[in-house]
Amino acid sequence: MTAEKLYETLKKIQEPKGNYFNKDLENMTMPLLEGLLENKKTYGYMVCPCRIASGEYEQDRDIICPCAYREPDMKEYGACFCGLYVTEEWNAAPEEEHEYVPERRPPEKLAF
Amino acid sequence: MPILAQGAPVNVKVYALSTCIHCKNAKKFLDEHNVPYEAVHLDQAQGDERKQLVEEVKKYNPACSFPTIVLNGGDRVVVGFRKSELEEALGL
Repeated sequence: MTAEKLYETLKKIQEPKGNYFNKDLENMTMPLLEGLLENKKTYGYMVCPCRIASGEYEQDRDIICPCAYREPDMKEYGACFCGLYVTEEWNAAPEEEHEYVPERRPPEKLAF
Repeated sequence: MPILAQGAPVNVKVYALSTCIHCKNAKKFLDEHNVPYEAVHLDQAQGDERKQLVEEVKKYNPACSFPTIVLNGGDRVVVGFRKSELEEALGL
């Protein structure tokens, strides 16, 4: 699987549901998809590239992409924590209007 | 007061994940501003070392999110790649 193939596959599934890829393909979307593929190799599943995985599927379930926090984060900030998925409005807005998405995952979920 | 503006050499430690885009962008930002830093990639550590590093990050940032940027051993901690906060903290 290449990042390009993953992009095409997910785009078809996610965009009709309102989950758009970050339009900054070069600096955001493609490196993030590469990260997902790397994590798939390391852990066996596509855990969020911006979060630390335990390697235990059950413990990492909430941060497997699309993570459990994507929906509330997109609702509140227009983007998910890592910035892979955004709303159509977020993509259309100028960069300075983008708010940094803070970590929503409760610290007690950390398996360390 | 910004740390760099105080005239003392600043020690910057970036706790990061090798796959994290905000970490990559934060490191790029520091590179572009010629700010030397030490990057610690937690996902490249295994077992006990990883656990130990998580504990270290939690001291500065209980959520253990990335990047966690620690200036001068904890004088200032910037959580996430918040450009304006970093600029202000470093006096850029």
